[in-house]
Amino acid sequence: MDELDKPRFFDEMYEADGSARAPYALYNQWLENEDIKRLLKKSAEAEAFFRRTGITFNVYGMQEADERLIPFDIVPRIISGAEWRRLERGIEQRVRAINAFLHDIYHRQEILRAGRVPAELIANNEAFLPQMIGVTPPGGIYTHIVGTDLVRTGPNDFYVLEDNARTPSGVSYMLENRETMLQMFPELFVRKKVRDVSRYPDMLLRSLAAAAPPASTGSDPVVAVLTPGIHNSAYFEHAFLADQMGVELVEGNDLRVVDGRIAMRTTLGYEAVDVLYRRVDDDFLDPLNFNPVSQLGVAGILDVYRAGGITIANAPGTGIADDKAIYSYMPEIVEFYTGEKAILKNVPTWRCSEPDALSYVLDNLEELVVKEVHGSGGYGMLVGPAASKKEIKAFRDKLKTKPANYIAQPTLALSTAPILTKKGLAPRHLDLRPFVLVSPQGVSLTPGGLTRVALKAGSLVVNSSQGGGTKDTWVLEE
Amino acid sequence: MLGRTAGGLFWMFRYLERAENTARLLDMGFRIALTRPDNAADEWSSVLETAGIRAAYDHKYDSYEQDRVVDFMLRDKDNSSSALAATTAARTNARMVRTALTREAWEAVNECWMAVRKSIHGRISDRDLPDVLRLIRQQNALVRGALHGSMLRNDIYDFSRLGTFIERADATARILDVKYYVLLPSTVPIGSSYDNVQWENVLLSVAGLRSYRHAKGSRINAKGVAEFVILDQRMPRSLAFCYNKIVDNLGYLERDYGVRLRCHKLAEATAQSFKNRTIESIIEDGLHENVLAFIRANTELALQIERDYRFME
Repeated sequence: MDELDKPRFFDEMYEADGSARAPYALYNQWLENEDIKRLLKKSAEAEAFFRRTGITFNVYGMQEADERLIPFDIVPRIISGAEWRRLERGIEQRVRAINAFLHDIYHRQEILRAGRVPAELIANNEAFLPQMIGVTPPGGIYTHIVGTDLVRTGPNDFYVLEDNARTPSGVSYMLENRETMLQMFPELFVRKKVRDVSRYPDMLLRSLAAAAPPASTGSDPVVAVLTPGIHNSAYFEHAFLADQMGVELVEGNDLRVVDGRIAMRTTLGYEAVDVLYRRVDDDFLDPLNFNPVSQLGVAGILDVYRAGGITIANAPGTGIADDKAIYSYMPEIVEFYTGEKAILKNVPTWRCSEPDALSYVLDNLEELVVKEVHGSGGYGMLVGPAASKKEIKAFRDKLKTKPANYIAQPTLALSTAPILTKKGLAPRHLDLRPFVLVSPQGVSLTPGGLTRVALKAGSLVVNSSQGGGTKDTWVLEE
Repeated sequence: MLGRTAGGLFWMFRYLERAENTARLLDMGFRIALTRPDNAADEWSSVLETAGIRAAYDHKYDSYEQDRVVDFMLRDKDNSSSALAATTAARTNARMVRTALTREAWEAVNECWMAVRKSIHGRISDRDLPDVLRLIRQQNALVRGALHGSMLRNDIYDFSRLGTFIERADATARILDVKYYVLLPSTVPIGSSYDNVQWENVLLSVAGLRSYRHAKGSRINAKGVAEFVILDQRMPRSLAFCYNKIVDNLGYLERDYGVRLRCHKLAEATAQSFKNRTIESIIEDGLHENVLAFIRANTELALQIERDYRFME
């Protein structure tokens, strides 16, 4: 515990004096009576369980044999009912604003006319799809599924780090982590009422079905999950969700245009699909309309979509809303469409395309986090305080060559929570990704989410592709 | 069901069956090497022939030594139908059709792959070989058990079973293709001890030595073995048995889908060819010719099933 003696960061579980915070009180009582050896054994059991179940992900560029496990930490991350209610309101507000923004951007572009967001930021953005101009998706929903990344720096300080509005992943871990905890420590769930997350697949299916296109005729819309295939890093999740919803898991080569609909090849012939939950990026979705060499999509799907023959979830072109260059305008966007101040904070962001910001960033690289505007997965970013002189110099050159490609943010003092290590509990930095479903009936947030945790002491990078792990996330019923 | 899913199930179970058949062939070869070391090289050559990989082996090695053959058949990267490659392919197909499998069936095939991969990670010594072969058979049995015990009897199950029996019929027919001459009445003086061993080997490679004795008595003879392996309806690896199952499973699909296709006719024609047929008439028509014709018909049926149920575009 000696690492805990110097609390430079807000810790989710412990107060500065080492006592447990309120949401963790009961858990802490339980933990104090536990034997570290038993916990380590449980932790090894969990790993064996994940491997047997095939909850693995493929690392790009690795052989198939190198399917990896995302390490699972058995100490839950606990959120109080009051904390959650605030997050819930903030996320819902943000998601509504994002949908309104997308509709506006692809129609009248009021926000650009009002000068609240610079027009060139949209026009020159690769995530903006001109093919979507004037298209209104069925039910008016652009982002059916959103995974908002949050970080915390203090008791009441939550920041939105990213608004993953394209094809957010990780929800299968939210569900499997809980399942694992229920099996390993049933006694914990008797002590404390933890809100249920297991209805997510059912709610996902309902909200997808509710957004069926005009061409859908049957009473039960046909839903399918589109995956790039077994080599994709998130394949496990694609199969998991299709299985849990009881719908087909399709690949591009299972689909084609038949009589103005998208149809899947079954053993009995082609059957129309009403709603496609796609886990394929925009660029690969339609070789006729986007990347012509893509094997992962369906030729002509965009034309069928525009004619109301199918619902694509999330809609093509939603990336313009979670682009890192747009991110810094989110407070304005929320205010513009909802008429309210944003409930959740944005991380202050320097847009390196602006000369003043660039010169500030260049002068303070050692203290900043610099991100590529289009990057994801923790790749292509500089964490100033952790970087070597050489890395900083390399980034300085990159920034000077293509400033518009980067944004910079202060290094946040991310909160920590204890993880179980061989030597006992030790604090590690973490973030939180709750999952939001949007349907014509409304916005719903599953009480829980994916908590990602850096496993290396001091590390601020929580991405699983960079060696991060996950925790079960508890929202208390209170 | 997606056509691709039907294909994935079909191939998942073909590959599992293939891995198991490879283990049985190795079992038989190993037994001969122990009991009749003088015949070992010939027997290893015919084991490779039966598995359809002798050309690939000859390309790499110039003699039939046990440790080389064993390594080649279990795990050599140059052998795309090694036990390890077949198990991996089965598991890859299972991942592809994950949503069609119960959690039990998926975990069984995933564990089968993990266990087989771990056990044949390096070269296998003579001492460890029996354990490794037993493990492969056991793991396959667990997958089969999970399938039987947890899966709905629907089209998913039918395509799984079709893969199993098409592959098994092919394997049994290949053994006959390589060994037909020992089952002909005229090649060597009847009743020699050499014959007895050869017949036993045929039975061993279809895991039928003990069952033969139970079903047909302790005296083994060529005609009896041929009849047992080709026509016996009780023997789960005989050609007739496999085709009864194939016709059954295709029949369930026909009823379930309400569509009769060309594959139904093909399967029924082959199954019919075993009905009211005596082993004498098969031998008289030419045992080898009959076996070759069967292998062709079985391959054609597999392709027809693939087309009729749209495994691919």
